[in-house]
Amino acid sequence: MGKFNRRRFLQGALNGGAITVGLPLLDVFLNDNGTAFADGSEIPLRFGTWSWGLGMSESIFVPKKTGPNFDLPEEIAALAPIQEHINLFTNFHVFKDDAPNLCHHSGWVVLRSGIAPMTSENRPGETIDVSIARQLGNATRFRSLSATATGDVRDSFSYEGGNSVNAPEWSPLRFYQRLFGEDFQNPNADSFTPDPKVMVRKSALSAVQDEAKKLESSLGSDDRARLDQYFTGLRDLERRFDLQLSKPDPREACIVSEAPEDLPTGLDADLVSLRHRMMTDLMLMAVACDQTRVFNMFYASAFSATTQPGYDKPHHTSTHEEAVDRELGYQPKTSWYTRRAMEEWAYYVGALANFKEGDGSLLDNAFIYSTTDQSFAKLHAIDGIPMFSAGTAGGRIKTGLHIDGNGTPGCRLGYTAQRLMGLDIESWGDKSNTTSSEIGEILV
Amino acid sequence: MLYSFAVHFSKMTSVSVLTAMLLVSCSENVPPLAEPNQSASVLRTRLMTGEQYGNTIAQIFGEDIRNSVLPPIPPMARTDGLLASGSAFVGVTSDQISQIQQTAAFIAAKVVDEEHRDFLVPCRPESIEEPDPNCAGLFLRETGRLLQRQAVDDIRLSELVDIAAYAAEQTEDFYAGLALALESMLISPEFIFIVDHSEADPNRIGQERLTGHSLASRLSFFLWNGPPDIALLEAAESGELHTTSGLNVAVERMLDSVRLEGGMRAFFDDMLGFDEFNSLAKDPLVYPMVTGSTLRDAREQTLRTIINHLLHDTQDYRDLFVTRKTFMSPSLAVVYGTASHQGWVAHTFPEDSPRQGLLTQVSFLAANSHAVRSSPTLRGQALRERFLCQVVPSPPPNVDFSLLEEDEHASTARERLEVHNTNPSCAGCHLITDPMGLSLENFDGAGRFRETESGAQLDISGELDGVFYDDIGGLAAAMRNHPKLSTCLVNRLYAYGTGGPLSLGNDRDILNWFESRFVANGYKLPALLRDIALSRAFSSVRSEKTQGKLGIVEPARPFRLAEPDWINNAETN
Repeated sequence: MGKFNRRRFLQGALNGGAITVGLPLLDVFLNDNGTAFADGSEIPLRFGTWSWGLGMSESIFVPKKTGPNFDLPEEIAALAPIQEHINLFTNFHVFKDDAPNLCHHSGWVVLRSGIAPMTSENRPGETIDVSIARQLGNATRFRSLSATATGDVRDSFSYEGGNSVNAPEWSPLRFYQRLFGEDFQNPNADSFTPDPKVMVRKSALSAVQDEAKKLESSLGSDDRARLDQYFTGLRDLERRFDLQLSKPDPREACIVSEAPEDLPTGLDADLVSLRHRMMTDLMLMAVACDQTRVFNMFYASAFSATTQPGYDKPHHTSTHEEAVDRELGYQPKTSWYTRRAMEEWAYYVGALANFKEGDGSLLDNAFIYSTTDQSFAKLHAIDGIPMFSAGTAGGRIKTGLHIDGNGTPGCRLGYTAQRLMGLDIESWGDKSNTTSSEIGEILV
Repeated sequence: MLYSFAVHFSKMTSVSVLTAMLLVSCSENVPPLAEPNQSASVLRTRLMTGEQYGNTIAQIFGEDIRNSVLPPIPPMARTDGLLASGSAFVGVTSDQISQIQQTAAFIAAKVVDEEHRDFLVPCRPESIEEPDPNCAGLFLRETGRLLQRQAVDDIRLSELVDIAAYAAEQTEDFYAGLALALESMLISPEFIFIVDHSEADPNRIGQERLTGHSLASRLSFFLWNGPPDIALLEAAESGELHTTSGLNVAVERMLDSVRLEGGMRAFFDDMLGFDEFNSLAKDPLVYPMVTGSTLRDAREQTLRTIINHLLHDTQDYRDLFVTRKTFMSPSLAVVYGTASHQGWVAHTFPEDSPRQGLLTQVSFLAANSHAVRSSPTLRGQALRERFLCQVVPSPPPNVDFSLLEEDEHASTARERLEVHNTNPSCAGCHLITDPMGLSLENFDGAGRFRETESGAQLDISGELDGVFYDDIGGLAAAMRNHPKLSTCLVNRLYAYGTGGPLSLGNDRDILNWFESRFVANGYKLPALLRDIALSRAFSSVRSEKTQGKLGIVEPARPFRLAEPDWINNAETN
């Protein structure tokens, strides 16, 4: 008889009979201001990120007015329909201190990890979504989900560690299959039948964990760390199997659509836009079905290679090679790319706002953190890097504001987000990026 | 600054010419020496690559099951020029493990479904509704041995049989039980990671060597890009792999196998950076003749050319850069402007054609261009990094790009890039990428031939490390004769075979030895593969002390063997 013992298996009379199980509400991380589902159950808090590439044209991006009812200069004119749902943060800085200003890298890495990288391959710490997922993600099938509109599996701003990147979903069809394939438990199904296979899977995991431990002991320290990470992943699988053995709470906004058609590869702005909207719709349906509470959407990479039909410079090349038009005071072709990004940001926020949930929308119970890699990409500037937030995080956040950071760390927004999501941290960031100062203007 | 750079560059050119002459003249006369005494490699723990995962599933369960899943393996960070080397460092996130489990469940269910069970399960249960430990044990022992690349020990086998039995009871289905036990093996780290294990070498006191199973796996993933077959596992288990004759027999069998072709396709696909094709597309307005299938065929064309030249015809590696022989598909014929035939056909470009060697194939030209235009800088960078193992570093920090605005009157890339090559901040890199990249400007961003750009004549003269030329043929010849060309292949192959980045300090002697043999053998790939696979370095293990910091290098940290220090930074355009 091996180490595997049948006593390890869960006890229970689950031999395939259909039963209806009423479960207590998952009441973690709720707040007093949270709205409720139609049945009275509380709505969970969510955290999302969104990213675009290559910053802005300051003269036509930064509003003249701060506070509420700020003006919308032409580069962000597309945000009019969602202005009431967002905050715009300008004049916040990313500090490199003794690290080099790594083109298109330092900016996003600091805003996502709080730490300035030393080389262009370096990804220090872990990203904010990973920290928050550790807090919010335990009650859902996926701790977090990442998706990209670029169609490139290498595009991600989410990592657990330098060599452990959360690879994004890049194909709409594949994403759909992963979300709503065989393992999907429809929270609104009338009956619930625990799958006996899941019980076996859960129990069999202990043997695999033993294997991982045994293997780990024979390795050097760095490889041991990788095996340890694998072991952690197996524990997370165990958590997921537990969830699968319980009837999920009903979610009225969860209506699964038909499987999408896949898209060709390519970075033509129209194609990227289409892919972004398909991935956004799938992602938000996953959120509405409570498959995850932490989600990352990647519109364009830091070296964005999005193209404009008939124009010979992709976005990144354009930022450097296009002259600043003396009359306009900005780079018109480059601005075209940024405007397309803002249209997609507007779509993303609008989709969240239009997704009815309880008495409000998905956006009412979410906080979205939106960042880029540069302020003025032509010069690789990281001072005055623009950021957005969206959503009220269950009524905790005021929206519709333009906040001037007065040169304070951009990490303040990430710190604020983590505090909102319940992380018990006194400060966030490294060296000059360190902050323990929330952006109080947006707090209710 | 510009002046000092120019002087520096000029010195470099002279030095590299001298170095090249010395290397060429020496290497042709150096007899093969004995392998350096202390040569050894590093113990690695590698995550299987996506293709290796797929090949394993195909080898054990069949192509149709492989084709029904996407490997749940994260992308690797290209490390010292190879994705394969990144596999020694990449971690697996919790999210990725959940995908590994989902894929495992799917594969396991397929293996035992009614379509496959009679072929893949070597026995029939007494009842398909009840446990059958004997039949389950037989299947799990055989399959587990192939999945784990070594025999499953009795304790683990007993656990697996118990899982199958309990699951069969719960589901009242023998095959469902078997699938759940198989699923457990497919998420095991022993399957997902290729772990090198070592043991004391009885023939060399104080030295360590790979265990027989680890050596079998290293050989197999090197030459076949897949797991060992039963014959190789048996050679490992019997100890034959640790004998000179046994290792010879095994390596010769592997070199003669049809699987060698797949293995070398995987290596060159990695070395040439062809993962770019997974997301490559061209602007349909500018290049309406280039579709997704055109680009897939371009990748295939180059791989066919390489495999045919190196393995089927056993030709000199350097001649890949001047050969006019290739293969043509209907969609590629449109781009090349040649007659179209059904399917793939052998094709030889005429002597007066500008198509000569790998650099003039659509794969190289299109992959190293923008979606809407060519890029001499990207082409020059790829030429140096892919084929010469030189590193063109990332853009310099803190650089002011405000001076790089394009001259709106510029007609050609040479005129557009002039500003980079005269600006000190940019020239460091652009002078080492652009001269040879500009020589390929007769090919547009999709790889089509053109006489002019925007109506202007193209100046395609250039220089590659001291060799000046006037046309594409001159560039092709300069590449063919570049002293780093063969060095680079040797270095990449050894890193690929041993599963991680090289160490300048520890590997210099063995790499020089491999290269001298490669030269003496007429630059033939099979001979080089044999030398590496049979070398003591390949199967011996360096002690922890001499491994230094190899195990914790950052991915993609530049590795420079005799790298000239004149390579500075610049942004690619």
